[in-house]
Amino acid sequence: MILTFAWRNLWRNKLRSVVIIAAFAVGIFAGIFFFAFTNGMVNSRVNAVIGTEMSHIQLHKTGFLENDQFSLRIKNVDRLLPQIKKLPEVKAVTDRMIVNSMIANHETGLGVQITGIDPVNEIQVTDLHSRIVEGKYIGKTDSDAVIISKRLAKRLKTKLGDEITITVQNNKNEIVERQFQITGMYETENMLFDDANIFARKVDLANLTGISGNEAHEVAVLLQNNQSTEAVTTELIKEFPDLEVKNWLQLSPESGALVGAMNEYTYIFTIIILLALSFGIVNTMLMVIMERVHEIGMLMAIGMKRLKVFLMIMAETVFLAVTGGIIGTLSGWLVSAYFGRAGINLYFWKEAFGEMGFSSMIYPTVDTTVIINNAILVFIAGLIASLYPAWKAVRLKPVDAIHTV
Amino acid sequence: MNIIEVRDLYKIYNEKLLPVNAINGINVNFETGEFTTIVGPSGSGKTTFLNILGGLDEPSRGDVIIDKVCINQLSESKKTDFRMKNIGFVFQSYNLIPVFTALENVEFIMQLQGQSKTERTSRAKELLIAVGLGDRLSSRPSELSGGQQQRVAVARALASRPKFILADEPTANLDSKSTENLLDIMEKLNEEEHVTFIFSTHDQRVVNKAKRVITIEDGRVVSDVRK
Repeated sequence: MILTFAWRNLWRNKLRSVVIIAAFAVGIFAGIFFFAFTNGMVNSRVNAVIGTEMSHIQLHKTGFLENDQFSLRIKNVDRLLPQIKKLPEVKAVTDRMIVNSMIANHETGLGVQITGIDPVNEIQVTDLHSRIVEGKYIGKTDSDAVIISKRLAKRLKTKLGDEITITVQNNKNEIVERQFQITGMYETENMLFDDANIFARKVDLANLTGISGNEAHEVAVLLQNNQSTEAVTTELIKEFPDLEVKNWLQLSPESGALVGAMNEYTYIFTIIILLALSFGIVNTMLMVIMERVHEIGMLMAIGMKRLKVFLMIMAETVFLAVTGGIIGTLSGWLVSAYFGRAGINLYFWKEAFGEMGFSSMIYPTVDTTVIINNAILVFIAGLIASLYPAWKAVRLKPVDAIHTV
Repeated sequence: MNIIEVRDLYKIYNEKLLPVNAINGINVNFETGEFTTIVGPSGSGKTTFLNILGGLDEPSRGDVIIDKVCINQLSESKKTDFRMKNIGFVFQSYNLIPVFTALENVEFIMQLQGQSKTERTSRAKELLIAVGLGDRLSSRPSELSGGQQQRVAVARALASRPKFILADEPTANLDSKSTENLLDIMEKLNEEEHVTFIFSTHDQRVVNKAKRVITIEDGRVVSDVRK
């Protein structure tokens, strides 16, 4: 009956309760939508890091990551790749050559990193092929073909089908160069990546630099899911002790930090909202107590124990918070789910987002854990907000309260 | 048989600074089945006396013994429990719970006592019928007249089967017809069910119905007349 009593008491002043419930609902809605929005942004960045830029795990000769030394190559990749591929968590694996080079045309020249790829395996590991916006992806037999980004093409003032000269240092430390034809142009959300990376067949680069096709600077591993990243990293470290095995979180610590930081920011944001709303609820409940001094005195006079009065006020406060919380959570969830499909296109900030490596198309993503944690936070906020008004109520003396007009 | 024994009762407000003697040495007993009114001018100490009898206020000195239990020596929690089980209250301004129906208002105290739903609903209906509100079980206080609300309050006071009922100016807000009606019901309950009533009142109509009239002035019993 205390719960029925508390629930009915909530609706004694409908307008006041609706206002405070609406405030809570809007606050929780904002918290959930903000989280879904940032989560969508971070997910798109993480997906780009894994799907386009790095894959889940990379293996290099120790020291290569620090100084890009051409001579630090992994030998016998034809034996290494099947060994990695046989792990059940591994979806695909590919090897790459990575060479710092100069590219030039008749207009200008630029320093870039040229990645030699196996066009067939690369398709299974990264989504480079789906990022082609002009021309086509490199075919298995397209010799001396190169894919550059659209941004880079613009800077070079070059176009599809043009030839560019690629200059690299070979295995004898001699400078060598060759003409490559631009057969495709790609575009990612990350402008820094686009400015610095071009792709050619690994076999062409091996020919140009005079190394064996069975050597590589990098082996990239794509997993079935993100969750097994740490476990597979540990396993590969154990299996290939002479190689440097690093996952995307270690290769791109800023992306990992971003995920953690965004989560923390969201919770801080939610807690600040709840704190502000709790003050509103405390104020409302104190007004309620003041209005009902006489009634509370009567209840204690006829035998309602202080604990029950305390619980009744607590229940009223928690009902206010939880009702607002449920409405806010549902609306936040629905709106986020809608935009999760439709997307939010912040095209007017495309440049700024791109320079930070983010897509300007955001697909908010709702996380069930966040919904649950939000629900718990709302309940706790309601409980905490109820303590002071409930304490004020039980401090009333029945003899004084019943004579209060 | 004495249901209440009041021994050497004093209530002094502002004892240290500016003492005001609200109750000034009252010794009185109440028997089971009595229909008593406490009368006296405003400020004579009637309400303070009733509050102390009901365990709502503490005496400065003296004892109130109800059915062999000295209530002023009970802890706050035990006193609340004692009130719930032994004392029925009827207040001047009815004090019903506005969000409950008449039936729920009467049931409420029985629920506090832990009675089963069937038991309390049946008793609540029985009491509301007894006070003439059998057709208003589902009405909320705002849908009832003052007299009807006070009758619900009487039914509520009786619900816990208390040893006695304290009624502080129960007719002060009622018109004459409602007053007469309420007093008839209380008189009937007293005569047929032997319910003990103790009133504080200014209302001569209540005094006329009473079988015992105690007059208090300046915190002292100046007369105690049994009719």
